[in-house]
Amino acid sequence: MIMEKKQYKKIVDKHKPTETRAQNAFIAFVTGGIVGVIGQLMTEFYASFFEISTKDASTFMLVTLIFIASLLTALGFFDKWVTFCKCGLIIPITGFAHSMTSAGIEYKKEGPIYGLGSNIFKLAGSVILYGVVSAWFFGLLRLIIMGG
Amino acid sequence: MTFKYNNVYIENTSTVAGPYEAKGPLKKYFDKTFDDLYNKEKSWELAEAKSLEDAIATLLKKSKLNKKDIDCIISGDLLNQITSSCYSSQKYDFPFLGIYSACATSCEGIILASTMIDSKKVKKVIAATSSHNMSSEKQFRNPTEYGAPKPKTATFTATGGATILLSDTKSDIKVESSTIGRIIDLGQTDPLHMGSVMAPAAADTINRHLTDLKRTPDYYDLILTGDLGTYGKEILIDYMKTEFGTDISANYNDCGVMLYDLDKQKEVLAGGSGPVCSALVNYSIIYEKMKKKEIRRVLLVTTGALFSPTMVYQHENILSIAHAVSLEVVS
Repeated sequence: MIMEKKQYKKIVDKHKPTETRAQNAFIAFVTGGIVGVIGQLMTEFYASFFEISTKDASTFMLVTLIFIASLLTALGFFDKWVTFCKCGLIIPITGFAHSMTSAGIEYKKEGPIYGLGSNIFKLAGSVILYGVVSAWFFGLLRLIIMGG
Repeated sequence: MTFKYNNVYIENTSTVAGPYEAKGPLKKYFDKTFDDLYNKEKSWELAEAKSLEDAIATLLKKSKLNKKDIDCIISGDLLNQITSSCYSSQKYDFPFLGIYSACATSCEGIILASTMIDSKKVKKVIAATSSHNMSSEKQFRNPTEYGAPKPKTATFTATGGATILLSDTKSDIKVESSTIGRIIDLGQTDPLHMGSVMAPAAADTINRHLTDLKRTPDYYDLILTGDLGTYGKEILIDYMKTEFGTDISANYNDCGVMLYDLDKQKEVLAGGSGPVCSALVNYSIIYEKMKKKEIRRVLLVTTGALFSPTMVYQHENILSIAHAVSLEVVS
């Protein structure tokens, strides 16, 4: 007396709400863009203020954005921004910093080793692993094709 | 598997609700609420245990009973090793039985307690349950400060603790019958659409309950599912019509939809969930309405997704279960 899975899927699909994908993408595009503009302005500022190369200035900018995102997470309202901006804040470096800080805060109560230490990379671990692997792979391709 | 009971009555109930629930439409019906999700404790897990501990204390106080008057407590929750049930019940020295049916736990507790009382081996049994939005998010999903975006079909784990005291002493409301649910798998894999996972289990249990007792849905003043949410509710009505040709829409509602004001509280998305969601609704507004005899026959069908993150990552389907309990005002 249980319905076929295929038939049930039809019922589920019939009652599925439509997600506002276009609106979500637009919000992410604008907010992600704003983060990018802030980053660019920061780089320009560091380069002219400290009289350093753009490459060094962009490292300063990244560190600053990571700090700001982590601080806002710790102060407790970055999660609400992420829920609203979605990938606009998740894809830039702010999302990476936020994923580590939020995990850090969550597992602090289980102590420095079994809590914070083992769980801080809970979300960011995959990004690091596959980031390193793909960097190595593309570096190899570059060496083969372009000779270094 | 449907049982009828002869001498099982509801003596009292208690509800302790968290901040989001206190902002909802049922606030005046709760015995106690708390504003801070930490509930003056150090962690989410302890906060959940504290809410259940408070609910038990409130129940004993309301019923003017001493902890020695209670024969046994049957309790369950969502956390691994049913932590909050153990850590809260431990304070009272009750003989303890721990259970798990995810969000269908409250009715499982009532079924077990009623069967024990009906067999005349015990006189007074507490069935208790709790859940906490943050402790569940932490265990089942992402860190609570992460705030990952969710689709409209996702439900929001309710926060609080709730208890019901069942006894063989006659009162206005009796536990009339119950149906034990079966584990159902209809190929659902989306942990952010639990309504679709649990609706077939609810349909199966409601249908078996009605068939076993030769009843129609209009026998009940109200049929209440646990936490299907807006979309799960629609699916269940459609499923019952398509599969069994039964129309339940006239007197059917869902606790997940009733617990919050879905228009104002946008963060709850499709509605409430968690074992305490149905318990907070059933043991507050429903119990009060039955005491006032505004409604006389209610079928509670708590629905649980037996969701294991490990099994979902291994690409297995999410299983579900629903247990039903029929309550009647004694005439």
